[in-house]
Amino acid sequence: MTHDPGCEKCEELLQGYLDRQLDAAEVVQAEAHLDGCDYCRRRYRFEETLRRYVKVSATERMPPGLLDKLAELAQQPPRAL
Amino acid sequence: MSEAEAADARRIAVEARDRVRFEEEALELADQVYRVARRLVGTREEAEELVQETYARAFRSWRSYSHGTNMRAWLLRILTNLNVDRGRRIQRAPDTQPLEEGDYYLANKVAAVDGEQALEQERVVERLSQSGVVDALSGLPHDFRDVVVLVDIGDFSYADAAQILDVPIGTVMSRLHRGRRLLKKKLAEESLA
Repeated sequence: MTHDPGCEKCEELLQGYLDRQLDAAEVVQAEAHLDGCDYCRRRYRFEETLRRYVKVSATERMPPGLLDKLAELAQQPPRAL
Repeated sequence: MSEAEAADARRIAVEARDRVRFEEEALELADQVYRVARRLVGTREEAEELVQETYARAFRSWRSYSHGTNMRAWLLRILTNLNVDRGRRIQRAPDTQPLEEGDYYLANKVAAVDGEQALEQERVVERLSQSGVVDALSGLPHDFRDVVVLVDIGDFSYADAAQILDVPIGTVMSRLHRGRRLLKKKLAEESLA
């Protein structure tokens, strides 16, 4: 469980990897490191879980009744200038 | 009916059809728009108001939407502009302060307190409360929060977020990066204190 320069590079690439924003060479680099490093692989899974959890926790459905109010707005005549 | 009258009638019919299609498409997106709005403002009431203002404006200026483009992004552009217009207080983003914690910060804290095994899925969820996540998110400086909410809650691409907020894509990336780190720092402070 050493934290070597490979891990530092992996930490740097990980967010882009999760966002699918890395170029092909960087993807290879990140995956090669993740394959061989428990430390980073656990952190990769942690980040993945965290993102899902943040999304689920922060998502609130539209209150009942709002959709009807919005549909009514569609029927209002354009405001006179 | 003269040629000109017929052309007029056709134009009116096409416009009526486009309008109906616009309304249907916009209303189908309401829940998704609300979800983003809810995290950009402090209360449910404010979010409802903001979404209503957004739709009122969208229905008035529907002709400026080009059919076939990303309507959700178009609506969110209106919404974020209105949100700024509503006199959202100007906030100094701590852009210049260095943030020393890396992307592994929260994971390392969790591992240091609870051990490496605590990085597994169930344990993470046990550690971090849902309300803690919401609080941490709402505590982010606006500039960072807008981007994190659009990308991580709203599932917008970097390019869409850039268009919605009218900032360069590089700005979206740096704010996102920083915003996520700040979020993790807050979560660490709240959950592992």
